[in-house]
Amino acid sequence: MSMTFNEYTGGFRKTAVSFWHGLSITMSHLFRRPSTVQYPDRTPQPVRDMLPPRYRGFLEVDTSICTGCQACERACPIACMQITLEKDPTNPKQRLVTQFDIDEAKCMYCGLCVEPCPTGSIQHTREFEASMRNIRNLVFRWADPLKPFPVYKVEKGAEYFPRAPLGALVRAKLDGLRWDARAVEYLPPAPPAPAAATAPPAAPASPAAATAPPAAPAAPSTPESK
Amino acid sequence: MLENTQRPLLSPRAVVLATIIVATALPGALFGGILVLTAATKPVMVETFLRQVVGVDPATWPYTSLVTWASVAVMALILLTFGAVISGMTVWWEMRVSSRMQSRIGYNRAGAAGFLQWIADAVKLLFKEDLIPAEADRMIFRVAPYFVMTGFALTFVALPFGESLIAADLNVGIFYLVSVTALVVVGILLAGWSSNSKWALFGGMRSAAQVVSYEIPAGLAIMVPILMAGTLSMQGIVRAQGPWPWQWFVFTNPAAMGAFLIFFIAQLAEGNRTPFDLPEAESELVAGYLSEYSGFRFALYFLVEFGNLWVMAAITTTLFLGGWQIPGVGPETFAAAKGTGGLPGLGWWGLQVLSMVVMVVKTLVVLNLIVWIRWTLPRIRIDQMMNLCWKYLVPFGFVTFVFTLLWQVLVARAPALSTVTGFLLTGLFLVGVAVFARQVKANIVAAGEHVDLSNW
Repeated sequence: MSMTFNEYTGGFRKTAVSFWHGLSITMSHLFRRPSTVQYPDRTPQPVRDMLPPRYRGFLEVDTSICTGCQACERACPIACMQITLEKDPTNPKQRLVTQFDIDEAKCMYCGLCVEPCPTGSIQHTREFEASMRNIRNLVFRWADPLKPFPVYKVEKGAEYFPRAPLGALVRAKLDGLRWDARAVEYLPPAPPAPAAATAPPAAPASPAAATAPPAAPAAPSTPESK
Repeated sequence: MLENTQRPLLSPRAVVLATIIVATALPGALFGGILVLTAATKPVMVETFLRQVVGVDPATWPYTSLVTWASVAVMALILLTFGAVISGMTVWWEMRVSSRMQSRIGYNRAGAAGFLQWIADAVKLLFKEDLIPAEADRMIFRVAPYFVMTGFALTFVALPFGESLIAADLNVGIFYLVSVTALVVVGILLAGWSSNSKWALFGGMRSAAQVVSYEIPAGLAIMVPILMAGTLSMQGIVRAQGPWPWQWFVFTNPAAMGAFLIFFIAQLAEGNRTPFDLPEAESELVAGYLSEYSGFRFALYFLVEFGNLWVMAAITTTLFLGGWQIPGVGPETFAAAKGTGGLPGLGWWGLQVLSMVVMVVKTLVVLNLIVWIRWTLPRIRIDQMMNLCWKYLVPFGFVTFVFTLLWQVLVARAPALSTVTGFLLTGLFLVGVAVFARQVKANIVAAGEHVDLSNW
């Protein structure tokens, strides 16, 4: 590899110039304020308030304007929510939502459930901070099975639905959650134990039944106090 | 809004206090130990001490040599600890500086300004499992870090800290330093070979090629101060320079300034520092020669890598930047303060402390220069690295060497020449610094920002 004289000496000039500019740039950064935001404890305001308004955080359901149409459940591509409706025993015309569970750990925050909602009851909030020791605690139950809520009747020609301030409901829920709370064990169904997969193929039925977790099937009518 | 559920162990004020105590007491104790022991372990001092304080005749007292050896052993321990602690503190400082250069904040959780982070890191590494890969050459793999550590620890024997503060002022001091630092490459090569991993082997080979190549320009550049001082002894080289910048070797001889640059670049390469950190290029070689190491042995490599910064900076300071020379204090002042016969008085110790402070400040400035360069320049390619060494540094090393030979003949005829050059080059350097400061200011203004040192 031959080198001309100009190439050889040009190296000096290039080196000096790049050193000069490079060192002056790094030095100038020493005298500036760092741009890092120190999440979580030294932010000027809560991070949720610094996020863009259309941020897709935890889903929130305002049960006072939920029509129980289940459009969101059908729209969900990964079936992370489960809604059950029952007839009100005292008033056969009134339907009640006895279960409205959203698994926020499973949710992929695509926003497809928000689109079909006729009243804007289900919405993404800007809440995102809810680490849980047990992932089951991230199943947010918007309907209390013991105290089901009646579906909302949309008035003819209504264009405005009175909704609670966005994020207020989910924030109240998060405030009531301890990060190391004991996990709910019956919902959603636990994955089958790996022992079933390694069971001998000769008798597939009985070991699978034997190893299935006893509390596995989803039981919407199970009382919350276990 | 964000409530802190966990109460901190200490109040912020107590954290700051604890950090200040650790940050001053630890180096303070080590520097104090070095100050006392490097001066006191000389046989003359020990014998005077025995005669005057203990009241025995050292010639007939059977334990004289025991006292000497015990104090030497304690000094060796303190120097080793100093190397480890200064290496840890350098890690902390480098991480702080680098994060600022990248507009980050860096360590700030463990202790005030994150100062205790290096202690936490070291303790964590000591508790880790010491893994040896299944196919590794077990014996060599275990031994390799000690070669590196030995090469590093031995340098402290001839590193000057002050006027009388040197463990052993060898008459071949700089030659000794160059040869013991070469031991590090043996350890690196052994580590790369014995790991039986392609990354480690590549790293070790690159390191060997790099360090061996760069020892040539480094050696040639070292010849310049040796020629100017006429001695290989570290203290002799310092004594041949004056305290003021225009009396330092780097400014009294134009070739010495070139030699300084060559030596500095070669030192970066020998210490495997960016832009010459090819042996541990993270993007290509995982971690290079130490990819397979963990726990204590891994910690040893990092101790040496960061401790070497101090060694490099101290050698550079000694050879080119006037070492520990205190302005206005000549050798006769030291002799007068020491007096004759008995143990030296407090005035002499004060001068020693002062000379140590001068040396440490200069060393830290050079150390910061190395850190600064690391976080500015990208890693160069292996062929560029070899080009730089063989096509630029080696020929120019010879040029500085020959020029210095002629220069010394000239200076012997006209001693004023060296003073004039000293003033001229110092002035040029100061002008350069001023222009550079303006450039830095212009960079800040161009970015639409202002000088803001809050949150440092």
